[in-house]
Amino acid sequence: MSGTVAGVEARMPIRSDLDLVWVRQHVRRAAAALGFGLVDQTKLVTAASELARNTLVYGGGGEMAAEHVRDGRAQGLRLTFSDRGPGIADPERALSDGYTSGGGLGLGLGGARRLVHDFSLDSTPGVGTTVTVTSWAVRSPRQREEPR
Amino acid sequence: MNHDLSLSSAHVPVLRLGDVLLITLQGDLHDGTAEQLQRDIAEQIVRSPVTGVVIDISGVEIVDSFLGRVLAEIAASSRLLAAQTVVAGMRPAVAITLVELGLSLPGLRTALSTEAALGMLATASPGGPRREPR
Repeated sequence: MSGTVAGVEARMPIRSDLDLVWVRQHVRRAAAALGFGLVDQTKLVTAASELARNTLVYGGGGEMAAEHVRDGRAQGLRLTFSDRGPGIADPERALSDGYTSGGGLGLGLGGARRLVHDFSLDSTPGVGTTVTVTSWAVRSPRQREEPR
Repeated sequence: MNHDLSLSSAHVPVLRLGDVLLITLQGDLHDGTAEQLQRDIAEQIVRSPVTGVVIDISGVEIVDSFLGRVLAEIAASSRLLAAQTVVAGMRPAVAITLVELGLSLPGLRTALSTEAALGMLATASPGGPRREPR
């Protein structure tokens, strides 16, 4: 496949709980367009919902960027959530289940990390937080050795 | 951008069937709507003598930690008001995702369908099973 798949790339504001709905709907459509199966779509949309809510609640709002990424023939979806909020002083602790600074269940970050293939967190106190996640549409049947 | 999905931004209807409240969630709920539903259910339980609450989530594509927490809180507050809650029709992909997220909702009773949920509540009701024809 060459070029980008239509309707995948986007930048979306995260400023209200209504924006969380648009983010979920966009991620659902983009993952479906890239060939994600139903369970993988559901995992990625759920992770996006957790991360977008963190951006809204803890980061004071921000945005999500969605990109189509490729690795050989594999199609992936990369989502970047960024805010200019207070940042996270102790990222390891923030990723552990049960830790929360905002009255939630404390599953958001750690839970989102389990739902995606790649996860990275970059935060500077006083400057902001960027969380980037990538998941890949697993094509079946599995890749076979191809004759050259 | 083209938004074609119906958005539940208003109240979710709460139906009363005998002594059970039936709520059907559809599509993508905003956080405010879910919290409003929690208050509406508590008020309805007090207003009418119901002993059960069935929440059908077969039309819900994702349950994140926020909606999961709201469902668990509805069940907990209903129990304090002497009503039992059963969540019905969770999609398999949602169940798999919730467990991986770390939210297995141990206190929440579930059924595969609304019909099965109503059956559970009828059997469990303190007035005895309502199996006999009237």
